[in-house]
Amino acid sequence: MSATTLDVNHRLLTVSPSDASRDASASGLDDHVATHGALAVPARDDPGWTAAIQRAVSESGLLGRGGAGFPSAIKWDAVRRGGRRPMVVVNAMEGEPASAKDKVLLGCSPHLVLDGAEVAAAVVGASDIVVCVADDAGSTAASVQAAIAERERAGAAGRQISVERPPGRYVSGEESALVEWLNDRQALPTLRIDKSVPLSIGRRPVLVHNAETLSQVALIARHGPEWFRRLGTPEAPGSTLVTVTGAVRSPGVLEVELGTPVGEIVSRAGFVGELSGLLLGGYGGAWLDPSHLSTLYAPGPLRAAGATLGVGIVVALPATSCGIAETARIVRYMAGESAGQCGPCVFGLAAIAEDFELLGSGRGVAGVLERIEGRAAAVDGRGACRHPDGVVRLATTALAVFAEDARAHAQGRPCPGHRAPSVLTFPAATVRGRRAS
Amino acid sequence: MTTRQRVGLRVRVDPVACDAYGYCAELLPERVSLDEWGYPIVDGTPVSSELVALATRAAAECPRRAVLLEQVMVAR
Ligand code: SF4
Ligand code: SF4
Repeated sequence: MSATTLDVNHRLLTVSPSDASRDASASGLDDHVATHGALAVPARDDPGWTAAIQRAVSESGLLGRGGAGFPSAIKWDAVRRGGRRPMVVVNAMEGEPASAKDKVLLGCSPHLVLDGAEVAAAVVGASDIVVCVADDAGSTAASVQAAIAERERAGAAGRQISVERPPGRYVSGEESALVEWLNDRQALPTLRIDKSVPLSIGRRPVLVHNAETLSQVALIARHGPEWFRRLGTPEAPGSTLVTVTGAVRSPGVLEVELGTPVGEIVSRAGFVGELSGLLLGGYGGAWLDPSHLSTLYAPGPLRAAGATLGVGIVVALPATSCGIAETARIVRYMAGESAGQCGPCVFGLAAIAEDFELLGSGRGVAGVLERIEGRAAAVDGRGACRHPDGVVRLATTALAVFAEDARAHAQGRPCPGHRAPSVLTFPAATVRGRRAS
Repeated sequence: MTTRQRVGLRVRVDPVACDAYGYCAELLPERVSLDEWGYPIVDGTPVSSELVALATRAAAECPRRAVLLEQVMVAR
């Protein structure tokens, strides 16, 4: 485990995104090894090494960066226990339209993610690794393919690594949907009664990890848990990637220390002007009042505020925007992204979207606030996946954070901002991606 | 370990499979109600022994086989 001279704030993004796109070799294997040091992953089962890595990852306190925030070390045990040879799946689907961290990470540091995947594969005894990149993220897939080819040429590829391109839809990146796709079925979530039973491809257990989580594993394997814990808080150690958009001069992906005040994160992205609210976590995340600029960006403090890290998104909504109108746009988008399988999700989200659009229009509709609250409560937790729950959280936190505006809208007195153009990103409408049967 | 436990049954619905036929709510109103779109809202508290037969029937008669009975440990 070598000493490191990395800038503490740039463990993952050692190449700036603009450099990586200017010079294709910026992310090359030689540079990667020069920056991070070599990493030897045993090709065969090596109990001593496996135990050391498992201990290191467990002591590092790494929490999964894919949204659930699950301790990474625990996931490995469940897969190892399964009888057949496991597979490792790298989830770089990035279904969240407001997120760009997977693209940036795999564009700048693909080898770090692949290293992490190899480490995880060696620990659980997997012989192959599948990297899932959405079919609409062409340059990301190209970067991963180039990195795989480079490893093969250098003889550094210990395991079979391939790239799969599931449809780029919001729910395709949900773990069970991804595994459905890899099982030659449509990329739709399934109901999981017992989440401690690992997902499987054929009869092989699968370990699914978010791309960022694996890049952190690659660093912990090199530098150890003490090094990892030098950043972040005791409960949430390390650094993490955040996509910051909205009222900022330089929207994009930042690497920040967990526990940094939210206000500092938006300042680093060049925050200008005044805020009306903060959207944390993603489009299935939560709105926070601007007073939460002082809240620390870490799971505990955010949970206390009613939000989550989610997939690492901060949208700074300018005071000139209308939180109600913006929420209406997100809810409509999310209703359209329902995988169309579960009644409460299909009908409930469509109904909430309609109500929210009515509210956003500011025409004044009696009882609309109560109806949204009632339907939100009715839909919560009733899908096979957590898609509807995210929309419920978004809608109810919007009504709380923008309470005055909501009331004014419901009474036919919309704020001036409701006609302002959206500061949010939405993908161009696409045909729902289905696996040809 | 002095708390005595027994196996209880809890009703769940697989929302992917369910097509809002509503039989479950008819057979087991003690645990299942329907939302405004006709889909079941399930109360997950384990069913009492008098209801086990009805819960089993609800599971058997769901045309979509969407009613699942999950075993859980409950205090006696
Ligand atoms: S809850 Fe919605 S998004 Fe999730 S599986 Fe059901 S229909 Fe699809
Ligand atoms: S009987 Fe089956 S299909 Fe009908 S509402 Fe109940 S769970 Fe759904």
